[in-house]
Amino acid sequence: MIELSRVNKWYGEFHVLKDIDIKVGKGEKVVVCGPSGSGKSTMIRLINRLETHQSGRIVVDGIELSDDLKSVDAIRREVGMVFQSFNLFPHLTVMENLTLAPIWVRKMPKRAAEEHAAHFLERVRIPEQADKYPGQLSGGQQQRVAIARALCMRPKVMLFDEPTSALDPEMIKEVLDVMIELAREGMTMVCVTHEMGFAKTVADRVVFMDQGEIVEAAPPDSFFEAPKTDRARLFLSQILGH
Amino acid sequence: MTMGSDPNVAARNQKKGSDPFLWVRRNLFSGWKNTLATLVIVTLLWKLALPFLDWALVKAVWWSPDASSCRKAGAGACWALIADKHRFMLFGTYPYDAQWRPALASLIFVVLYVVSAIRACWRPWLALVWLGGLAAIGVLMWGGVFGLRYVENERWGGLGLTLLLATFGIALAFPLSILLALGRRSTMPVIHWLAIGYIELIRGVPLISLLFMASVMLPLFLPEGVSIDKLLRAQIAMILFAAAYLAEVVRGGLQAIPRGQYEAAQALGLSYWKMMGFIILPQALRISIPPLVNTFIAFFKDTSLVLIIGLFDLLTTIKVSLTEPKWSGYGVEAYLFAAAVYFIFCFAMSRYSQALEASLAAAQSRAPAKEAA
Repeated sequence: MIELSRVNKWYGEFHVLKDIDIKVGKGEKVVVCGPSGSGKSTMIRLINRLETHQSGRIVVDGIELSDDLKSVDAIRREVGMVFQSFNLFPHLTVMENLTLAPIWVRKMPKRAAEEHAAHFLERVRIPEQADKYPGQLSGGQQQRVAIARALCMRPKVMLFDEPTSALDPEMIKEVLDVMIELAREGMTMVCVTHEMGFAKTVADRVVFMDQGEIVEAAPPDSFFEAPKTDRARLFLSQILGH
Repeated sequence: MTMGSDPNVAARNQKKGSDPFLWVRRNLFSGWKNTLATLVIVTLLWKLALPFLDWALVKAVWWSPDASSCRKAGAGACWALIADKHRFMLFGTYPYDAQWRPALASLIFVVLYVVSAIRACWRPWLALVWLGGLAAIGVLMWGGVFGLRYVENERWGGLGLTLLLATFGIALAFPLSILLALGRRSTMPVIHWLAIGYIELIRGVPLISLLFMASVMLPLFLPEGVSIDKLLRAQIAMILFAAAYLAEVVRGGLQAIPRGQYEAAQALGLSYWKMMGFIILPQALRISIPPLVNTFIAFFKDTSLVLIIGLFDLLTTIKVSLTEPKWSGYGVEAYLFAAAVYFIFCFAMSRYSQALEASLAAAQSRAPAKEAA
């Protein structure tokens, strides 16, 4: 479904991503972790071209990403993304946030888009908030709306960029529960997160990155029980140690 | 003195907030500093405002077609000037017997403003209302059809001309300014530098010189036989000028929108224009309302500069009224009248923008309506 081969990216002189090779199959769930500045957010943002790479190949759902705007549009239609800071549209109601792209990108009739959106609000367990503005919701509710907004486009892949990092502790669970449910339904997911409980529960593979490289990639059991590299061991001791 | 420090009195004062005597005591004479300030202000008002009112209202001459009463000793403001010349002031040299036409046209302008100010009317049909309104204004001003006498636009003037210049100026400069602001933020170098060049060039030149260029220089460059009407040339100069200023205001609004909004819109697959139209501009323009209206107001008053190229806007017609010998020397009254007309329009714009800001803010920060559900 997603294939990155020998992908490199520089910010000026700074080599952010070094020869990244990763394949994500259909229905697979990959958790990406690593210290801050390791390039993990940059990597998943390459997949829907919020960042551009300088060398290597990125293929999503059989379409190769290039400067051709058509390929970018085609991929963005198939890839949903959830951000750390929610990025809901504050001037639109929850319902309008959810139906805007289906109506204007997918060309769905308004009525159908709204029914569709109501269905996804139900799934993220906030059907009663449809007419409110994002500013009137809690952080956890906003992030669930953001997930529903991405799902309304019927994506084949969902990218999560630290979806719980900006949340108060008591709201993390309500967002993770929605993500776990989504994983169980078979969605292809790539999640940048430090929620190791979530990784253990749903991930098929954990990818550990450090200094722009993929250092280790292994199923969660073996990654958590027996990390092969010192860097992964150090990282795990730091985030699990407290 | 002693009563002011009595806590019982203070408590009573707070309860009886509506008693005018206590209100005065508490707000104007609550301490020696406050009392002093009050006395100074009252004295100044007494010295300045009373003579003004005496001049403007009590001793004023309201009606005197030949200005004789105004010349009498002890006469106050000569409002008779306005009574006598108001039609020329408002309509300029437009044929006297047809002045109902610019009057009606001005009224249509005002109706269009009011309709556009009502949010419930922000629908696609509003564009049709404007088209219809402007067509009606054009027919009224020019005539030549429906049995109306043709009036060439050299004879238009006064308030109608001011409203015409301001309305078309803002209505066309605003969309242009949005394009310029987007262009200035574009990553495409040609568009980016063109927008910067335009904005900096126009902003660096006074409006007066642009108007001069439009009226004097432009015709020199046009081929023989081609001539663009003077009013149109002035209008174009004003649109180009206003657009450069508005573009910077819009750009300020655009810069305040966080990057996450762009990324979320892109991640959903929205194209550039849909992203701008649905997500970025609605937010950017909303936060730009105060500086936008500020620029609109400045622009409305700037229309009076067309007097230097011989167009008869409101201020020019008022100035010309004073050249009549019997009314010479009554400039204060005439310019107060001009100020009042400009003030009505500018103050209305200002109040409206405040109301609009408040209502837009209220829509989004409304307390959750049915939290219990």
